[in-house]
Amino acid sequence: MFAYLVRRLFFVVFVVWGVTFATFFISQVVPADPALAALGDNAREDQIKEFRERNGLNKPAYVQYAVYMGKLLRGDLGQSLRTSRPVADDLREFFPATVELSLAAFLIAILIGVPFGVVAALNQNRPPDVTVRILALLGGAVPVFFLGILLLEVFHRQLGWFPGPGRLDPYALTPPRVTGFMAVDTLLARDPRTFLDSLYHLVLPAVVLGSASAALLARMTRGAMLEVLSQDYIRTARAKGAANNAVIRRHAAKNAALPVLTVLGGLLGGLLSGAVLTETIFSWPGIGRYVTTSASSLDFPAVMGVTLLAGLTYALINLAVDLLYAYIDPRIKYG
Amino acid sequence: MASVPTTGPAARPGSRTVRRFRRNFSAMLGLGLFILLVVLALLGPFFTADPLAQQLANKLKPPSPQHFLGTDQLGRDVWSRVVHGAAISLRVGFLVVLLSAAVGIVVGLVAGSLGGTADNVLMRVTDIFFAFPSLILAMAIAAALGPNLNNTILAVAAVSWPVYARLVRAQALALREREFVEAARALGARTPRVLWRHILPNSLTPVMVQASFDVGGAILTAAGLSFVGFGAQPPTPEWGAMVSEARNYIDVAFWASVAPAVAIMLTVLAFNLLGDALRDVLDPRGRD
Repeated sequence: MFAYLVRRLFFVVFVVWGVTFATFFISQVVPADPALAALGDNAREDQIKEFRERNGLNKPAYVQYAVYMGKLLRGDLGQSLRTSRPVADDLREFFPATVELSLAAFLIAILIGVPFGVVAALNQNRPPDVTVRILALLGGAVPVFFLGILLLEVFHRQLGWFPGPGRLDPYALTPPRVTGFMAVDTLLARDPRTFLDSLYHLVLPAVVLGSASAALLARMTRGAMLEVLSQDYIRTARAKGAANNAVIRRHAAKNAALPVLTVLGGLLGGLLSGAVLTETIFSWPGIGRYVTTSASSLDFPAVMGVTLLAGLTYALINLAVDLLYAYIDPRIKYG
Repeated sequence: MASVPTTGPAARPGSRTVRRFRRNFSAMLGLGLFILLVVLALLGPFFTADPLAQQLANKLKPPSPQHFLGTDQLGRDVWSRVVHGAAISLRVGFLVVLLSAAVGIVVGLVAGSLGGTADNVLMRVTDIFFAFPSLILAMAIAAALGPNLNNTILAVAAVSWPVYARLVRAQALALREREFVEAARALGARTPRVLWRHILPNSLTPVMVQASFDVGGAILTAAGLSFVGFGAQPPTPEWGAMVSEARNYIDVAFWASVAPAVAIMLTVLAFNLLGDALRDVLDPRGRD
């Protein structure tokens, strides 16, 4: 188990290194010039030269990479070409908002996807199943950016049931920043009204971000459940006279959970990096919006920082899923 | 899906597969949508107005006999733009899948048949690409190369190939132990020939299933990139860009943004249905 953990942690480091290398490679081979992007097309020759020297862009690529990696090992992600702030500071500022949104979306995806999948499986080929399957198909096909626009228009502008873009009401008192998670910070500030307001603001973007995952999860859960329900041990349990509920809860649910769990890990990782479009539509101050503006101004240190963070998160989540496996399925042993 | 066993010598090997496909309602729905889309993309442009022609006096008009889906904020015919967008999206979807499948198949074949260090190196590279936040990487590539459709295709393909590499490698690993491969080798076939004639054709089933899902996925991703400005640029009638352009008028002219969005949805739906159906028909074990 310990050896396995060490090997997996080594793999996480390897993946993160690979992400730095690949991103750096891309930033080197592209024809675009970050200096021109930052200073504008009308920049003078000496301004461009000065900008390149200041940001180390005049050095050979391998030197730039070595410098970048050296700084990275000390926790320094370099300086954003656009905001002129350390990238690490920018990430610290924007990442919590993305995590908060992704977790909310993840929760919504589970709360919708899993029960729908189970209900569909228990009613195979009957109306509830058909409904769930149609919804899942539509949920997987609707463009997330359009869903965002649509929900904002209907539930915010027309019906007024939900607040508009942003994390808080414009008139709300922003709590002092402690964790960066609005829901936590408002609680720490003992401000229940703003706390509720922050939750309220999370609903629409979380539904938008979580919809595709909910659809996938419903399909997966349905499939896993059907597979398990056709097994001999379920028939045995039924034959022994176990009540339907008990069969489902005690025998089927746990065995169906395993394949679903695999998907869950991937989903959470995907949500974190997939928040780009949702954040753009809901003016959500997360790393998705940050990376969009950074990429359009060719701010490669910033883009690399975000990619790195996303890659690291993905690798760590996968590790956590693998370890959870062992906990749920006693047959799995790590050597 | 109840399948009736086919009997008699008249039944050709492929006909059973075809019959199973035809009995599947969602498969036929997917196929119907797909055919409709292709016909629209190929013939539509001959029968619709200029998608770029502006008539500012006629802007944001609701659907009417002249403008089947109304007009947008610049008075352009939405129906004509949606029809022209079909060709764009199909091209993006197919090219992305062709490119990424080609790269993935080569990587997977090489890794699976050589084994050893080559396999290890290639699969670790694949792992790294799996860890990449694909949309962010595609955005960075598209931004760096310059925002236009061809670069979008390159960018999305650059993040979509690893799944094919894994699929084909797994197939190659399993197939190289099989008797017919051994027989080919015993007859003196060299590795490239074995790979090309024996292993590749036999590993295409999962690739085809994956590909049909990915066409839809690529269209969605490309539309998303265009929506945030990293893909097709206005006034190109690309569906994602159209939604982006018309989003501010959704309260006065919902058709201008709803129509392209529905077009994206139906297209993605078509490829997802086809993917499901192909999986059911070609690989009964993978059915969910």
